[in-house]
Amino acid sequence: MSPQVEAAFARLPEYLAWHVLLSASALGLGLLISLPLAVAASRNRHIRWPVLAGASLIQTIPSLALLALFFPLLLVISAASEDLIGHGFSALGFLPALLALTLYSMLPIVRNGTTGILSVSPAIIQAAEGVGMTPRQRLFQVELPLAAPVIMAGVRTAAVWTIGAATLSTPVGQTSLGNYIFSGLQTENWVLVLFGCGASALLAMATDQLLGLIEAGAAKRDLKRAAIGAAGILIGVVVALTPLISFGKPASYVVGAKNFSEQYILAEMIAERIEDLGGEARSKEDLGSAIAYRALASGEIDVYVDYSGTLWANVLNREDNPGRQAVLEELTKELAERDGVLVLGSLGFENAYALAMRQDRAAELGIETLDDLARRSASLTMGGDLEFFARPEWQAINEAYGFDFQARRSFQPTFMFRAVTSGDVDVISAFSSDGRIAADDLVTLDDPRQALPPYDAVVLIAPDRVNDARLLAALRPLIGAIPVEAMRDANYSVDRDVDKLRPVEAGRALSRTLGLD
Amino acid sequence: MVEPRIALERVTKTYGAHVALAEASLTVQAGEFVALVGASGSGKTTLLKTINGLIAPESGEVRIEGEAVGALEPHILRRRIGYVFQEVGLFPHLTVAENISITPKLLGWDKARRAARAAELLDLVALPREMAGRFPAALSGGQQQRVGVARALAAEPHIVLMDEPFGALDPLTRDALGDDYRALHERLNLATVMVTHDMTEALLLADRIVVVADGRLIADGAPQVLAASSDPEVAALLAAPRRQAERLRARLGESA
Ligand SMILES: Nc1ncnc2c1ncn2[C@@H]1O[C@H](COP(=O)(O)OP(=O)(O)OP(=O)(O)O)[C@@H](O)[C@H]1O
Ligand SMILES: [Mg+2]
Repeated sequence: MSPQVEAAFARLPEYLAWHVLLSASALGLGLLISLPLAVAASRNRHIRWPVLAGASLIQTIPSLALLALFFPLLLVISAASEDLIGHGFSALGFLPALLALTLYSMLPIVRNGTTGILSVSPAIIQAAEGVGMTPRQRLFQVELPLAAPVIMAGVRTAAVWTIGAATLSTPVGQTSLGNYIFSGLQTENWVLVLFGCGASALLAMATDQLLGLIEAGAAKRDLKRAAIGAAGILIGVVVALTPLISFGKPASYVVGAKNFSEQYILAEMIAERIEDLGGEARSKEDLGSAIAYRALASGEIDVYVDYSGTLWANVLNREDNPGRQAVLEELTKELAERDGVLVLGSLGFENAYALAMRQDRAAELGIETLDDLARRSASLTMGGDLEFFARPEWQAINEAYGFDFQARRSFQPTFMFRAVTSGDVDVISAFSSDGRIAADDLVTLDDPRQALPPYDAVVLIAPDRVNDARLLAALRPLIGAIPVEAMRDANYSVDRDVDKLRPVEAGRALSRTLGLD
Repeated sequence: MVEPRIALERVTKTYGAHVALAEASLTVQAGEFVALVGASGSGKTTLLKTINGLIAPESGEVRIEGEAVGALEPHILRRRIGYVFQEVGLFPHLTVAENISITPKLLGWDKARRAARAAELLDLVALPREMAGRFPAALSGGQQQRVGVARALAAEPHIVLMDEPFGALDPLTRDALGDDYRALHERLNLATVMVTHDMTEALLLADRIVVVADGRLIADGAPQVLAASSDPEVAALLAAPRRQAERLRARLGESA
């Protein structure tokens, strides 16, 4: 077995356990809500339409968006409960994922439940009344048993959907089989992506087959078959959950990471340093960019690395650019005052937005700066990562240089680099510390008008950890210690197609190179 | 005075503009066996269902053993009344035995008593006891109908309403079952109302025949009283079996 696959298998028990716990809880909760709703909808014509329409509406929200929407909502509720009863709760991870998936599981159960109950023939209903059943007895002894096969078919659909959508809970900080997929996509580790997809598909198929046994048992009134299916589900859940008994205990430090290689590498480095000083560390990877800071400010995570320009624009909502040092100083002051967050310092390199082109293409067109680019832009195509065109940086350079591109396209970062090297697009948004710039023979264009804000990588510490001596001792040596070339190499060692390192290995190598270990 | 088992007073039921039952009045005493006859769509099923509260009339009153139906908990009332549905309506997810003992179960009878009762009723409707474990889908139409009769009788009701209970049976079984039921009716002093399209059956089994036409009860009396009726519709109904018997005798006589 290749070391990659071996490493993937090593993480399977934990990922699978969380995935099963999450999907099973969501499905269970979904059933608990959906069945009464289905009964109510079948009983009352007036609520039938709103209930079914509501469930369909939820289904039209992309599942990733639905998951992300619960984070701010829970944050608000948590803050309110903190004010009210002095106890907040975690707005990150399990809870938002559970709620979103629960909602997501409801449509097939509500719809099949309603249809199933309504399709019991009027003659049977009347017979149930005629023999002296109360409405409740009629429901439990006649309507639900007769609708059971249809309801079970809905549960199967819901189960398959939920298990698939649960992979998307990774970006809101919930470990799942999606961790393979998201990490793999970012580091271009396709084995990992396939592994994650395969594991989740197998899980969905196995669940579907077992639920199918229950469905067939219900349809053929074959109790034995239904019992085998139910037992299979139960045993599967229990076995899958056993690893959580050891994994479940809360780690003392939670290191956050957004969803790209540099973040994984730095998070691994930070976690190892904490462990070297006798602390326990756990990482929460693949946090959405907007979610990470809020997670830190609310104490969901204890430490992570962000970039000064990102914080400047997204957290402080500033559009001006007073210069690198001033931005750092003001951020440090403002974040401390506003949220109690400590900006420990810059790591020593910038991961700034830059526009990049193929070296040969830039030379051919005579483009060195953004001014040169603007003159040629009418005949050029621009590619951006998924958030770039919505960011203030894009607005800023657009205003400063007056671009007029022929077309604009958004990509997953990995595919964006493919697109520029293959010539599908002429210029892309890139990050200055990205190892692929050098590796793909790209050049970054100068920004003579200083429209792009600085993006120093800074270490941020959660409010209730600002005086944590161990954490500060572990992190202080990193400040100012990582030059951009070293970071680029480390990033490339994870992103390249051959001889890939895992982030944890790249982190160790970086520590070694810099004499930090 | 003893309250009649069933009493309908000027009961009216309409479906939109259509009058399914028009001021129908009827009393049935303990021990009486009433046959309801009349054309298809005349309102027989409607009348039967108002008695156990499956249909609520617009006006008029229905009383069961002196109590107004509207004032009783419907499920309590229905557990006291056996009902055989025209469309049988066996529960497809329950076995024959479970179907038969459904009302006893709702009444809280213990398992042994229910099983014994189910066996007894299978004997009564001339079905083998081995059928107890089968599901309704594995029965013939006539067998299903007999299970429907058994189900109606299971909780030992004093009142039995039957909507064409023997329609799908062969003549021999039908005859035997009719006689057996009549004997049971007498032994337990039941009040029975049976809808039938078979005039001969009505004449042979019932104490009284009630003729329904367009939602009205146009005749109500013992077979011999009805036979003397001057109403042309009633006379035509009663003439039919007699005429049939004569033609039968003629044909069989010819061939003999
Ligand atoms: N739910 C309903 N909605 C509208 N009309 C109805 C409904 N139920 C019955 N009817 C009408 O009421 C009339 C009486 O129906 P009912 O079922 O009592 O007839 P019936 O005498 O039992 O006929 P059959 O011998 O064919 O069973 C019929 O004309 C029928 O079409
Ligand atoms: Mg009828």
